[in-house]
Amino acid sequence: MSKARLTREQIAERAAMELPDGVYVNLGWGIPNLIAAYVPANISVYFHSENGILGMGPRAKPGEEDFDLVDAMKVPVTLLPGGAYFSQDDAHVMTRGGHLDICILGGLQVSERGDLANWRVPGAKGAGGIGGAMDISVGAQKLIVTMEHTAKDGSPKIVKTCTYPLTAIECVDTIITDLAVIDVTPEGLVLRELAPGFSPAEVQAVTEPKLRHAANVPEMQLKPR
Amino acid sequence: MACARAIQPGIRASHDRNSNTANMPLKEKVCPTVDAAVAGIPDGATIMFGGFGGAGFPNNLIQGLARQGARNLGVISNNCGTGEGELGILFKNKQIRKVVAAFPGPGAKYFQEQFDAGEIELELVPQGILCERMRAYGAGIPAFFSPVGVGTEIGRGKEEREIRGKRYILEQALGADYAFIRAQRADHMGNLIYRKAARNFNPIMATAAKFTIVEVEEIVDTGQLDPEAIVTPSIFVDRIVQAPGKRYV
Repeated sequence: MSKARLTREQIAERAAMELPDGVYVNLGWGIPNLIAAYVPANISVYFHSENGILGMGPRAKPGEEDFDLVDAMKVPVTLLPGGAYFSQDDAHVMTRGGHLDICILGGLQVSERGDLANWRVPGAKGAGGIGGAMDISVGAQKLIVTMEHTAKDGSPKIVKTCTYPLTAIECVDTIITDLAVIDVTPEGLVLRELAPGFSPAEVQAVTEPKLRHAANVPEMQLKPR
Repeated sequence: MACARAIQPGIRASHDRNSNTANMPLKEKVCPTVDAAVAGIPDGATIMFGGFGGAGFPNNLIQGLARQGARNLGVISNNCGTGEGELGILFKNKQIRKVVAAFPGPGAKYFQEQFDAGEIELELVPQGILCERMRAYGAGIPAFFSPVGVGTEIGRGKEEREIRGKRYILEQALGADYAFIRAQRADHMGNLIYRKAARNFNPIMATAAKFTIVEVEEIVDTGQLDPEAIVTPSIFVDRIVQAPGKRYV
């Protein structure tokens, strides 16, 4: 068994397994933007974009772009049958009003209570930007964060208390990283799955808060690399 | 030729009974040129600009405002330009003093330079709250309680209240003197239809400004738009100009 951490694509592949048939979903920037490609062909998932699209389809093919039909990352996309256009305020009626079943965002830090920090690195140059992340985090019926388990310097990104500017408090339900799937519960963080080859102790070593787990934590079921 | 709808600060043109443009019917909202559509914007005005992700920006009106030269502007927009495109030219010309935005954006070169130099005041607002503050203003609601930003720096200094066991912060309605928007099609009354995701902030801004100026791809005769399909009814629109869409990357 190889023991490499998951790639960003594999994190996206694992995150796609969290999507049941028929859900309305918003995907954020970064790893979440890779997830749509891994949704199994036998289920239907309806993608929302906060600039006013529901039922968003794949990226437009080269030469077929319509620049009035872009996603929240400015990328030309398509609309599936049954899709709809609406204004930005209606798009956020859907986010903040609790109408989206699952939202998946990138993260800089997640705390053991499920606080999320994902919009600004302290000391970063420039004005920063919030975008729709705060509205989405507050309103999602289920919020999943996908991110690397540790920062570039090796420090934990799953922490007791976030030190980065917060996006929302007590909003994260599940964290999917290159090492593990972790659920945020009232009793604390629960290690649900491991990346192939890793042990609970190895994941705990790079996680600041205490992880609870069963005697045998299953491995993620991913396609062979 | 000037537009029939003269700008009277603080008064919607539709309520202006003392217009000195008696030679033109008051109901005529269509302007002959982009420059006529932006004529009369004073220094110090606050202006909302529609557009998101390169789609639905009133780029012709923005270019017109750059030529017109109003300065010391307060701007409300999701982002702050792409190079010289979109709002970029107004920052390059140093026409803007204050910005309310959700995501100024990595391509907002001229905004970032002036922000880093401390020359521009910025209020960062979560995107859905930016929408909702405008919707409240347009609907005559002065403020509202919101769950967004509770416990974050957005909530700092704002009144907080617990309602049915959850924490909320008080957000103020957000209006402006002008909205500059883009639509796909207008009739002569100012009823508007948009195209795909180019709709974005444009309809909500039309409701939250005292005076709304719209550029459209096409103007049709009144009665030619399907009433069931009209997104922005004419009551929210003061001036219309036909101008082909411009896009910046």
